[in-house]
Amino acid sequence: MSDLEAFRGEIRAWLEENCPPEMREPVRSDDDICWGGRKFQFKNEAQKLWMERCAAKGYTVPDWPKAYGGAGMNAAEAKIWREEMNRIGARPPLSSFGIWMLGPALLKFGTEEQKVHYLGQIARGEIRWCQGYSEPGSGSDLVSLQTFGEDKGDHWVVNGQKIWTSYANKADWIFCLVRTDKTNKYQGISFLLFDMESPGVSTKPILLISGNSPFCETFFDNVKVPKHQIVGDLNRGWDVAKYLLGHEREMISGAGGNDRLNTIGAFAKRNGLEDPLLRAELAMFDVDALAFSAMGEKFLDEIKVGKAHPAQPNMMKYAGTELNKRRHELLMATGGSAALEWDSEASGGGSKARTWLRTKANSIEGGTSEVMLNVISKRILDLPGA
Amino acid sequence: MALYHNEDQAMLADTARQFMGEEGTIGKQLRHWRDKQCKDGFGHALWKQFAELGFTGILVSEADGGLGMGHVEAGIVLEEIGRNLTPSPFLTSSVMAATALGGGNDELRGRYLPGLLAGDSVFAVAVDEGPKHRPERIATRAERAGNGFKLTGSKAFVVHGGSADMLVVAARTAGADDDQDGITLFAVPKDAAGLSQDAVRLVDSSMATYVKLDGVQVDADAVIGEVDAGRELLTRVLNAGRVGAAAESVGVAGGAFDMTTTYLKQRKQFGQLIGEFQALQHRASHLYSELEIARAAVIKAQQLLDAGSDKAELMVSVAKAKAGKAASLAVKEGVQMHGGIGMTDEYDIGLYMKRDRALAEFMGDMYYHAERVAQLSGY
Ligand SMILES: Cc1cc2nc3c(=O)[nH]c(=O)nc-3n(C[C@H](O)[C@H](O)[C@H](O)COP(=O)(O)OP(=O)(O)OC[C@H]3O[C@@H](n4cnc5c(N)ncnc54)[C@H](O)[C@@H]3O)c2cc1C
Repeated sequence: MSDLEAFRGEIRAWLEENCPPEMREPVRSDDDICWGGRKFQFKNEAQKLWMERCAAKGYTVPDWPKAYGGAGMNAAEAKIWREEMNRIGARPPLSSFGIWMLGPALLKFGTEEQKVHYLGQIARGEIRWCQGYSEPGSGSDLVSLQTFGEDKGDHWVVNGQKIWTSYANKADWIFCLVRTDKTNKYQGISFLLFDMESPGVSTKPILLISGNSPFCETFFDNVKVPKHQIVGDLNRGWDVAKYLLGHEREMISGAGGNDRLNTIGAFAKRNGLEDPLLRAELAMFDVDALAFSAMGEKFLDEIKVGKAHPAQPNMMKYAGTELNKRRHELLMATGGSAALEWDSEASGGGSKARTWLRTKANSIEGGTSEVMLNVISKRILDLPGA
Repeated sequence: MALYHNEDQAMLADTARQFMGEEGTIGKQLRHWRDKQCKDGFGHALWKQFAELGFTGILVSEADGGLGMGHVEAGIVLEEIGRNLTPSPFLTSSVMAATALGGGNDELRGRYLPGLLAGDSVFAVAVDEGPKHRPERIATRAERAGNGFKLTGSKAFVVHGGSADMLVVAARTAGADDDQDGITLFAVPKDAAGLSQDAVRLVDSSMATYVKLDGVQVDADAVIGEVDAGRELLTRVLNAGRVGAAAESVGVAGGAFDMTTTYLKQRKQFGQLIGEFQALQHRASHLYSELEIARAAVIKAQQLLDAGSDKAELMVSVAKAKAGKAASLAVKEGVQMHGGIGMTDEYDIGLYMKRDRALAEFMGDMYYHAERVAQLSGY
């Protein structure tokens, strides 16, 4: 037996033993997701146990180095981990912006001290992070951002406003883009980390069309940020921000997802599938979904060995989010009038309709589909003037 | 297994790309044979060169003198065939017939494989019986007669049938037309009495035949594999053809896409390069992602087939459908973005559109394979 097959056996046995049965059920709504953090309320004992058991082994962040709270898995091992998780339909033990976005950026740009401190907290689910990028006047054109940090010797004083800050009211810390030089557009932004309980930080939830309010306006009124809380060099935050966006886009694309959940024809059949044209649409969708799964696998394999085009996460984000919107359109069509229910118990509090509405944001958040196509045109296809 | 080419495969891809880029070009092959009204539709000299490079035996076992490689490697050659629109009997002979013969006995393999390996023989596969691919239903009959069988029926869309030294024929030795069981594969020599072929030139200048089997008498040793139990072997042959055609489609799409993006960077209108128009940029970028995804589906299917996985069947249909969809988009966008010049015979982009259409039908189009995806997924 090869080392990898032995490794697979170990992982399989560990999962069998340690993943609680409740954690093998599909995620149905946002509160099934374990976000961690100081304010997080576990939904049940199983969720807590699952996160803690994984954190103890480094499995919340399997491919991070052991020194920073991970399990130190190489690319092939991490792939086996994903496959074995998918095999039993296990939920991720911990989901967070720390894992998907800040962590990779710190691994690349952080000091040793920052890595040990912040990455460990993320891996153990102790600190929940939010992302302070967008501003009212700066969405797709993010680099025009205005939030300003004034140099006060050993600290900055930050003033300004962010918007669409997901979970700002639930997060413990923020990674934030702040202008530190008004004379230089790209090289005048710094990447700062600070506590959301710092004096001067306030948030105001925004209600979404889904009826939920997972994001906020975030205001900074003379917020003091110590100088050691910068990631990367002064005024070079745009490099960190862009690198992080690559990881964000990869995450939103859904690469590495589970085929059983990604295809919908078999699932739709359980509701009765009598319309032949709908069935045909589902079949065409499942072709695209299974092909995209292969793409996700290929992308993750290639990115680990540096074979993927550096701008490929933009393609993944574009294709993955457009596919996910189509998936939920079809799920609504399959559900018929029952899927319209907004707050009934039978509908799980309108989970079908609310999720459908929520997916419309997939092609907006983290860079819109149009912006993704712009980036592909420029960086991959090298088209003129793009 | 990682979803990209390993070192050996990457080397093969370099060789194939370079060789086909020199010898398999549209000018040297497709246009040359087309303009000559060649009755084969392809060049035998190039087929000989395929043999010298070992390509003809990629899927033939080492014990039989081949390279003993898999569908990933065959797909590498097919992608270059697609990119250059090279007319070649590779897919029917070295991929499909070779897979069929792999399930035959020593005597049969000894009779046919050396000619294939040497690039002297060409084979065709006769499965379809109407204008659409419906291999679940086979009406051609083979009845026991004398020391062998007598075949009666008709076949359609037999690609390279007119040039073939031998046809792999799927016929029914038992049961009703729609039965799973009761299928037998036969190796029928081109000069068998009672075999007649009607050749037709197709939209892409390739040649195919309608085959009539009018009580064709073959010996028992023409049977490939087991009598009545040929469905499994037939499915292997079809899957080899499907994933192979999908790989060729990815090549066709890639060729059309490269031509198109090159054009976007050359053609000026309104005082600017047309590639500067965002409307075209977005369509090109969308096409790029569809092609990347199709390519991933194809290599996944190839690897699963090579590994003998029970998920291969589903993924082969995904690959054929997705590659067909992506390639069809590539050639349509290709012609449109070239404007008027795209409609001329002199310019190559239209040739891509024609080849795509023929490949789309070969071994089942995207609708057929989406239907299979539904059935294999349980709905
Ligand atoms: C659910 C959700 C969660 C979010 N979470 C966060 C978060 O946690 N932190 C954070 O910082 N931000 C977050 N965002 C904000 C998100 O990143 C922005 O909404 C996004 O970047 C788009 O900016 P905008 O909303 O200002 O739209 P605009 O930039 O105003 O875009 C409007 C339209 O114009 C199009 N457009 C703009 N520029 C171009 C162009 N050059 N070419 C072609 N079309 C163009 C866009 O594609 C879009 O269709 C979130 C957004 C959503 C919906």
